[in-house]
Amino acid sequence: MSVPRPNNKRPAWILYLHVVCVYLFLYAPIIVLVLFSFNTDRRNATWQGFTFNWYYQLFCDENVLRALGNSLKVGLTSTVIATFLGTLAAIGLSKYQFKFSRLAGSLAYLPLVVPEIVMGISILTLFLSLGIKLSLMTIILAHIAFCISYVVVIVRTALAGLDKSLEEAAADLGANRWETFRYVIFPQILPGIVSGALLCFTLSFDDFVIAFFNAGVGSGTLPMAIHSMLKFGITPEINAISTIMLAVNIIMIIIVKYLNAKDR
Amino acid sequence: MEDKVEVVKPVKQMKASTIGILLTAPFILYILTFFILPLFSIISMSTQTIDDNYMLVPIRGLHNFATAFNSENLPILLRSALYAACTTCLCVFLGYPLAWFIARHSGKYKIFMLLMVMLPFWTSYLIRIFAWMTILQSEGILNQCLITLGLISQPIDMLNTPFSVILGLTYGFLPFATLPIYNSLDKLDNSILEAAADLGATPSTTFFKIILPMSMPGVTAGSLLTFVPAMGDFVTPDILGGVDTMMVGNLIQQQYLAFFNWPLGAALSLIIMSIMLISILAFLKISNSAELLA
Repeated sequence: MSVPRPNNKRPAWILYLHVVCVYLFLYAPIIVLVLFSFNTDRRNATWQGFTFNWYYQLFCDENVLRALGNSLKVGLTSTVIATFLGTLAAIGLSKYQFKFSRLAGSLAYLPLVVPEIVMGISILTLFLSLGIKLSLMTIILAHIAFCISYVVVIVRTALAGLDKSLEEAAADLGANRWETFRYVIFPQILPGIVSGALLCFTLSFDDFVIAFFNAGVGSGTLPMAIHSMLKFGITPEINAISTIMLAVNIIMIIIVKYLNAKDR
Repeated sequence: MEDKVEVVKPVKQMKASTIGILLTAPFILYILTFFILPLFSIISMSTQTIDDNYMLVPIRGLHNFATAFNSENLPILLRSALYAACTTCLCVFLGYPLAWFIARHSGKYKIFMLLMVMLPFWTSYLIRIFAWMTILQSEGILNQCLITLGLISQPIDMLNTPFSVILGLTYGFLPFATLPIYNSLDKLDNSILEAAADLGATPSTTFFKIILPMSMPGVTAGSLLTFVPAMGDFVTPDILGGVDTMMVGNLIQQQYLAFFNWPLGAALSLIIMSIMLISILAFLKISNSAELLA
């Protein structure tokens, strides 16, 4: 490791090498994955030639299409519900103090510390104990449980950055609470709410572990379809679905970053 | 804030605390039902056992916890801890110099470099681990490179080994280790380093006596954020590992979905939870004492 000089001299070449290698380590697998989704070689081994064939085959694969449909249903439903409930809670927690509001606020950090598998297993155990049949609904209920907290955290951050004098001005000009919220607070926190919603969708769309434990027959999501496909061997179709999912993720992140940048 | 609102319209409006409770109640109820209640349901599940007909029957004592630590399951728990520890060391070793570079030498590319560390975190973990599967397979790109370079003559079976599992975990959790270390290095005051140099400290003395101790809270936070999820990870050993590299996550999955021994699975989940809680408490204690030292 390079030992730093206090007056910020150029770091040793070995540090540059290390940094380049770490970024290569982080990105090489993703680049290989994407490249091989366009490769004519079925074995995913050597580069043979360029093709869109694997993408075309995906759109003919009924299992993949059904899984995509399930993922979209789960993602959209849990995003709408989690964003709505989470935004209400964020406003309640930030704008109106009440007894135990700090404790309630710390509930939002639970999903960040409980290991995924424990979350998946514990919700499954609840459903099993209550005799609830696993279905698409059980995945949605489980996804809302972790998404909602992310919305609360993000919208609270947006609320914390608000200029208080605007609300005071609105109140001085005779706006009531609802009007102040509707015309002053809401437009300002909207980018935060949208970021929260996009994050929810991304988390739900990507989640494998929690869906894996809480899915019923025929309610498998896209990551579950990928998982069962790769148990039968590596095929370029899996690379193609993965590439599509990566593209969705990256678009979402760019939108979130853009919204946050505008927010500041 | 709330006082001002009350002053402006004292008569017609609902009490602020009532509004707060009404707005927050659905969220609290949801978390209680689908987060806290499930945790209690695994506790209650772990106090039962299954009979020969796979029916749940209550038992007294800690039967499932004894089973979790028997000669069959204990090696899996220990292996999980060992793999998680190796992963943590590798992540800190890879992440520390990277964090140092971003904090001190990245100049105007700082935000971009940070974003590039974070980006994989926002993409599907399953897919990133699958990417390694294609690379490590015997016909994969890594074996082909090694053969082309003449380092090996036959493809090596790299999948289903401790190597592939630890590699996958390190890949998955490297951002978790790097960011807290970056945060602590970014806060480091340049004048302290200059003072050390002025007083004749060699670069290595400066590093071991000043930089490393002052970035310790970041290193412990990063280690914790790596160790806890790595230990409970299920995806990486499932995809890159085999029977010999089974970790506790796979054991839980097996108990629940293959052997229908839900009580044992629940007990194992509680064990992971308690390891997590102990680590967090230990971390809070360490970081407090670190603050006292600094």
